[in-house]
Amino acid sequence: MNLAVPLSSQLINLFASVILLLAFAMLAQRRVLALINLFALQGLTLALSTLVVAVTTGQTHLYWSAGLTLVLKALLLPWILHRLVRRLEVKGDVESLIKVPTTMLVGIALVIIAFNVALPISQLSNTISRGTLGIALATVMLAFLMMITRSKAIPQVVGFLAMENGLFLAATSATYGMPMVVELGIALDVLVGAIILGVFFFQIREQFDSLDIRHLEKLKER
Amino acid sequence: MPALLPIDALLIAACAWLVLGIAGLVAPRNLRFISKTLFPLGALVGMMVGLVALGFLGESPEVAVLAIGLPDLPFHLRLDNLAAVFALLLGFASVGISIFAAGYFRKGEGTAPGLMCLQYHIFLASMLMVLLADDAYAFMVAWECMALSSFFLVTTDHRHAEIRRAGYLYLLIAHIGAIAILLSFGVMSSGSGDYSFAGMRAQSLSPFWGSAAFLLALLGFGAKAGLLPVHVWLPEAHPAAPSPVSAMMSGVMLKTAIYGLLRVSFDLLAEPLWWWGVVAMSIGLATAVFGVLYSTVQSDMKRLLAYSSIENIGLLAVGIGLTLIFHAYRMESLAALAMTAVLYHCLAHAGFKSLLFLCTGSVLHATRERSLGKLGGLIHRMPWVAWLALAGVIASAGLPPLSGFVSEWLLLQSFLFSPGLPHPWLNMVVPVAAAVVALVAALAGFAMVKFYGIIFLGQMREENLKDAHDAGPWERVGLVWLAGLTLALGVLPSTVIGFIDAATRQLLGTGLADKVREHGWWMLAPISPERASYEPLIFLATIAAAVLLGRQLVRRLYHGRLRRSAAWDCGYVFQSARAQDTAEGFSQPIRRIFEPMFRMERHFPTIRDEKPYYSVKVEDHFWHWLYLPVARLAERGSRLITRLQGGRIAIYLLYSFLTLIVLLLVARP
Repeated sequence: MNLAVPLSSQLINLFASVILLLAFAMLAQRRVLALINLFALQGLTLALSTLVVAVTTGQTHLYWSAGLTLVLKALLLPWILHRLVRRLEVKGDVESLIKVPTTMLVGIALVIIAFNVALPISQLSNTISRGTLGIALATVMLAFLMMITRSKAIPQVVGFLAMENGLFLAATSATYGMPMVVELGIALDVLVGAIILGVFFFQIREQFDSLDIRHLEKLKER
Repeated sequence: MPALLPIDALLIAACAWLVLGIAGLVAPRNLRFISKTLFPLGALVGMMVGLVALGFLGESPEVAVLAIGLPDLPFHLRLDNLAAVFALLLGFASVGISIFAAGYFRKGEGTAPGLMCLQYHIFLASMLMVLLADDAYAFMVAWECMALSSFFLVTTDHRHAEIRRAGYLYLLIAHIGAIAILLSFGVMSSGSGDYSFAGMRAQSLSPFWGSAAFLLALLGFGAKAGLLPVHVWLPEAHPAAPSPVSAMMSGVMLKTAIYGLLRVSFDLLAEPLWWWGVVAMSIGLATAVFGVLYSTVQSDMKRLLAYSSIENIGLLAVGIGLTLIFHAYRMESLAALAMTAVLYHCLAHAGFKSLLFLCTGSVLHATRERSLGKLGGLIHRMPWVAWLALAGVIASAGLPPLSGFVSEWLLLQSFLFSPGLPHPWLNMVVPVAAAVVALVAALAGFAMVKFYGIIFLGQMREENLKDAHDAGPWERVGLVWLAGLTLALGVLPSTVIGFIDAATRQLLGTGLADKVREHGWWMLAPISPERASYEPLIFLATIAAAVLLGRQLVRRLYHGRLRRSAAWDCGYVFQSARAQDTAEGFSQPIRRIFEPMFRMERHFPTIRDEKPYYSVKVEDHFWHWLYLPVARLAERGSRLITRLQGGRIAIYLLYSFLTLIVLLLVARP
């Protein structure tokens, strides 16, 4: 164990690992409400991690970022999703297209790929949080994998939002975050995206009497 | 005030055509105004173009820059002798066709007359701009205008599905050709970014890239001209179009493709390789044989002429190939002979093929029938059209004393020198090509006998042909003009060569005119009188004298007692229109001899048939060998690609996911 590693760096790595762990947990979670809670927890961890980076480096705009993440991803979006679930009366279980253990194995392979790919990039970077770049990339990929394997609409949206979490982590770890304007823009995008998707859910259910996106297969050109 | 340069005069003519076209839109339904005012004015402009080009021949090139075009990319224009020869062709042919068109269009046929007038005059103006263009950009713009305006003209009767199909095929192949031409220009500019023709002339390409440019140009211009295997649009589009349009397309538009090929291979590409000539010649020979064979077996008069156009384009390609071979071996005087034959044949074909297409138009209007099997004996009802068509038929068959003979004779003359080529097998193989050309000429004669004999001679095959009326005055004037051109090209070869020689000299550095001029205007001896010479007027006089003498002799021997009876009844007592040779029956020997060349579907009557009938349908091998497989492949490919669209969001997401992973792995430093 390398004791020369400062506490802040260890904290950042710890939070990053928690984010990765939560990503795996989301991949494995079959129930919608628990999934949303996990997503909120991931948002909270992300906010904490950003806060640690902000405290360590003294970058003022990172405080803003952390606050924004906390409000948006740990509180607002989970709340919107919870409301959606309640109003749509979604049943508890999430159907997966692929069996969960298989998904986990694929996820492990993805993490290896992500670390492998991120290694040369993180060597170029000189931030204290550069080690977490691989984790960020892996989070993006796992979220993507979740979007692919879930057949219901809400888990897909959660996957989409989790992907944004991964991207945010990547941005903080590689370059201490994007410029404030970009970050605000992305945050707004995510919020609007979630709302629009919510509207779509109602439409989809009205049309097909279910939120199963497999019904959308009928829409293709013959 | 500075003198009006010829190039300015031609530009004014192009603008005048455009103005006439737009004037047609003012009163698009007023047929009388459009046909009796605008089309004759268009003919007048055509006459001006022809005369200006004629006057220009022999002068040094003139350039102009038009300010229209993209910013910083104006149209460069240039009038040189090669362009002038083809402008001459365009102008004089359009005179006859426009005057004919003045009397041709009737009410209520497809497109409104005003729109038709616009398309027709844009077509003319864009052809003129093609000839004047001096950079790839201007050339392509004019070229595409030409293709599009002619597409709309072809689909005038767009209510018929087959005509829409013909138009679509034409547009498709025109685009393939345009892409090839564009690529050819791209190769010739060789990355310098300079797309003016002057810049291309200055480039010296490596043999590989030079060959690539030549082959692309051959494909691109071949698609417009109708060379094998990109000829399939031609026999579809020509019959679909109204007759003046077919005449314009066959007589003039195909020549712009020949112009382009000459421009690229002799002007823009400095150093031709000998095998380019072999390629052009082989394709030309195949095209000529294919065209003439298929023209003999057609039962539709316009299709017959369309295939005959393919044959003539093949002969032109053969001539260009031979010129390239001679030019590559620096045998410039022989190259000049072959080039003269090519240019002469362009002029001759523009005259006689326009004439024949217009004649079919008159027959079509008089009888409403295109199928040869329902025509016959029209010489009694339509003497003007019949006698004028005879001029076109004789020229097209390559018989003296009309224009077709001169050019084909010149071509064969130049072949006679090919044993002198300094290449071990070329000097043996090329003379064989001359034999094929002779075969083509003979079969062309056969096709023309069929065309003329079935339509105009014999007895009428249908009752309603008795009501056929002769062409109106406007149509007659147009036909007489074109027949006059055909005759003039036939009997004054030395004079004509004196004119077109300027283009030969510009491209090859040497010409034929000096040698020809030595022997006076009445005799054509391209190399020397001892070797071969042709005196058209003496020939004409001899024929006329022989006919008169024979007539007198017969009169004298029979003591003037004339007996009128049915012609060629061959001893049969009973002779009816049904007993005559049909179009299919006439060409049966050809179908039998060249059977492998055709793809036929025949139905023979049997004894037990209640209503016995015979039918034969001749199809193009290339359609089945080349086009349908490509179409099937495209369809199969697109069906495979459709599978990507499974309709499942998970699958779509997987595509992006896999792409992301692959890109990440590939792009890893």
